[in-house]
Amino acid sequence: MAEQTPELQPQSPETRAVLAGDPELTSTDSTASKEAHTGGRNTVLTRFWAQGQAKVGVILTAIVVGLALIGPLLLPWATGYTTTEFAARPFQPDGLFGTDNLGRDVWSRFLGGGLTLLYYAALATALGMVLGLILGMLAAYVGGWLDSLIMRANDVLLAIPQLVFALLAITVLGPQGWVLVLVIGITHAPRIARVARSATLGVISEDYIRAAEMYAMPRSRLLVREIMPNITGPLAVEAGLRLTYSIGSIASLSFLGLGMQPPTADWGLMINENRIALSIQPWGVLLPVAAIAVLTIGTNLIADSLARASASANAGDQS
Amino acid sequence: MTPTRQQRPHVPGARGGRGSGPRGASRAQPDVQVTALSSGSAWHERRESGANVLEIDSLEIEAVASGSAVIDDVSLALRPAEILALVGESGSGKTTVGLSVLGHFRPGLRHGGGTVTLYPSHTDRPAEMTALDDAALRRLRGARVTYIPQDPALSLNPGIRVGEQIREVLDIHNFGASAEERTERVRSVLAEVGLPGDDAYQARYPHQLSGGQQQRIGIAMAFAMYPDVLVLDEPTTGLDVTTQAQVLDTVRDMTVRHQVASLYITHDLAVVSEIADRVAVMLRGRIVEENTTEEVLGSPQHAYTRKLLAAVPDLAGRNRIGETAEPGAPAGSVHEPEAPAGSSAGFAGRPEAGSAAAAVRAAGASAVVLEVSELGLAYGENTVLDGIDLELEAGECTLLLGESGSGKTTLSRSIAGILDSYTGRVCYRGEELAKNTRQRTLDQRKQIQYIFQSPFSSLNPRRTLGQSLAVPLEMSGELNAAGRRDRVKDALDAVRLGRQFYSRRPGDLSGGERQRAAIARALVNMPSVLICDEITSALDVSVQASILALLRTLQEERGLAMLFVTHNIALARHIASRVAVLNKGVLVEAGPVDEVLDTPQHAYTRELLTNVPKL
Repeated sequence: MAEQTPELQPQSPETRAVLAGDPELTSTDSTASKEAHTGGRNTVLTRFWAQGQAKVGVILTAIVVGLALIGPLLLPWATGYTTTEFAARPFQPDGLFGTDNLGRDVWSRFLGGGLTLLYYAALATALGMVLGLILGMLAAYVGGWLDSLIMRANDVLLAIPQLVFALLAITVLGPQGWVLVLVIGITHAPRIARVARSATLGVISEDYIRAAEMYAMPRSRLLVREIMPNITGPLAVEAGLRLTYSIGSIASLSFLGLGMQPPTADWGLMINENRIALSIQPWGVLLPVAAIAVLTIGTNLIADSLARASASANAGDQS
Repeated sequence: MTPTRQQRPHVPGARGGRGSGPRGASRAQPDVQVTALSSGSAWHERRESGANVLEIDSLEIEAVASGSAVIDDVSLALRPAEILALVGESGSGKTTVGLSVLGHFRPGLRHGGGTVTLYPSHTDRPAEMTALDDAALRRLRGARVTYIPQDPALSLNPGIRVGEQIREVLDIHNFGASAEERTERVRSVLAEVGLPGDDAYQARYPHQLSGGQQQRIGIAMAFAMYPDVLVLDEPTTGLDVTTQAQVLDTVRDMTVRHQVASLYITHDLAVVSEIADRVAVMLRGRIVEENTTEEVLGSPQHAYTRKLLAAVPDLAGRNRIGETAEPGAPAGSVHEPEAPAGSSAGFAGRPEAGSAAAAVRAAGASAVVLEVSELGLAYGENTVLDGIDLELEAGECTLLLGESGSGKTTLSRSIAGILDSYTGRVCYRGEELAKNTRQRTLDQRKQIQYIFQSPFSSLNPRRTLGQSLAVPLEMSGELNAAGRRDRVKDALDAVRLGRQFYSRRPGDLSGGERQRAAIARALVNMPSVLICDEITSALDVSVQASILALLRTLQEERGLAMLFVTHNIALARHIASRVAVLNKGVLVEAGPVDEVLDTPQHAYTRELLTNVPKL
């Protein structure tokens, strides 16, 4: 093939004539002016950051995530107790935020109890995203009976309430971390698959997909390289939303005693353990509740801002 | 500043004037609110004297983000019963000016300076369109100033019956005294645009009408209130030549009959010559030339106008578009320095390149590279293609001509193997090809390349040109990564984009640049058959000219067999040596260009030829 390569170079005098007599005057001008009008880069990220609520969301999320990440490292140096050490009798105002139902230091348990929730939530969301993305893209791309099969199976899963499904699975398999992640991930998958499917359907009619087909690109590569990069917008939004739900679900399951097991320190579990003393020693409940609330609000704001940034080009002027 | 309020006292008097105007019933003066005054008012004297109905005075529109001027010092005047064409290529700001007549600025733009003054017929006071509040603007829009958008299919509400949609305009502006009068007006305006006004027709939904009928509904809506000023934004761009001719006739007729001042926005100079009285040429937000149509098209003063004119393909093929911008252009021309050098080099290069193609033709035992026989395709009852026989020879370009819905894209995609449900045979050098491109051999896939119509859709926006263009090479698997990179860069050079485009994304590129990149993708595999599916229909004429010049050069240099699919018969002599005419899935005529264009055998071809707008 090497000897053919020089053919590609403009060589004939006519070629140069075309070059010279070919003023793409308007085309180059129009792109130049377009950039001038928008005034600098205008990407999803810049539009995201231009919104006030995005900044608030990032700050709120960063506070809680920072607390949960650094908290365990500070124990027992900062508070004097580990998460399971007894500090005093139950529900006493000892230490910064008092003691819990077994007399352990609430502040220590709060600092140490966020990490598991966070990474379980992240893992569950990631699992749901991977599953949903694969199923959704396959359904849209292959179409036909596979589409019907996947989407109807989705509908069946969607008919079962998320928490009931989780209760069932955990009752059967036992309250272990991987079960929790798996169950939450699987219940997310149908919802993500729907989003992925509709986004894929929007992309699939584009000519560049046909072009890839024409060049006989292997279908798996076509999905990953041609389609996936073009549906990241709606998927990022969906991921943010599902993360919020994951946090809520895992905290709920822990509260119900089906997530983290005692004596592990965990925010959801803490709420359950200490709720009986809400009127006399409320910190054991209030701290984890506040943390979970701030975290979900933060991730929700991020997801919402991402949705706006990827949907509209003028989100910047709204805020 | 609510001129319409003061209008009310005139209402009773106006009613008497209906149908008794100086020019009879055809110039009926309807009555309420924003509808026109009775004759004899100051406004009518103004109109009789031929004074301007709309004046745009040194208008400036700027971008909100950067404050830079998008429209700079534009001054125009519209007179009754006259069509002013606003011509320019995409991005020149012609639609922005058109919308400013309605007092509208698109998001991201704002009024920078200058005035747009309307002299509406319902009051003696001029209206300052850029200064009115929303309520006042709403009263004027659709009544005194109306707008016909580009795409009729998108501008009509698919859920409302067409009669109802026209009536809506009348209801909003309180036309007439009674519901009966409005019903009557809907009927009469439909008749005026040449559509049946009966109830059955009015009860249709937009999807039950053809594109031309939809656009005429749009025209009827615009004319329903007897407006003073009409803005038409490329109303025939999506239509076939035959339909376009009908729609142009309707617009022309209605404009003259109702003494409306029209602003016709278009990029098509041939349409301009058919319809406009005066022409204003826009370039980058400025008016560079304004004069009567004869003057502008006959003896253009500005270099840009000459360049535009030179790029318009004509049926006779007198100007080989894109070849040389303007031979003998006087000083001050934008491309003056290059033009003479280019032309001489071009002529010197021609015989040489031609002989290369001839050599290819001579070398092959049989010149026929691709043979299509008995190709048919049907979706259920609906036959899209029927018994197509077509041959492509090396070094020769065949123009496949057809209107929308004729099946030309289906045919070209069947040949390329993108559609695999056809019957019949496609042979490459005597060997029958598998129907689906995936089943074809690597070499067959490499030899036959297809270029998509829309450059805005055919390149993945998330991948760089380098990545996109390397795909055909990756799939053929012959070259390593470095070899692929070199080949892609060479191809980018060959289509005159330059290798610096290697790492850019389609989003940074103009339509013409994208289409060049798409052509480069088809070239990296050194094909022998190139199928170009309406590749210039989304592009401006000057870009089209340069793409055609590029294709001619490539074809001659490489001896490509080319199938150039288009709806524009005027391109025939500029690119092709043979023409095949497709009508409703049947090939009605095929032969050498001169034969088909000069002595068309089939009625359909003759009809196409007569409807082509000429400069």
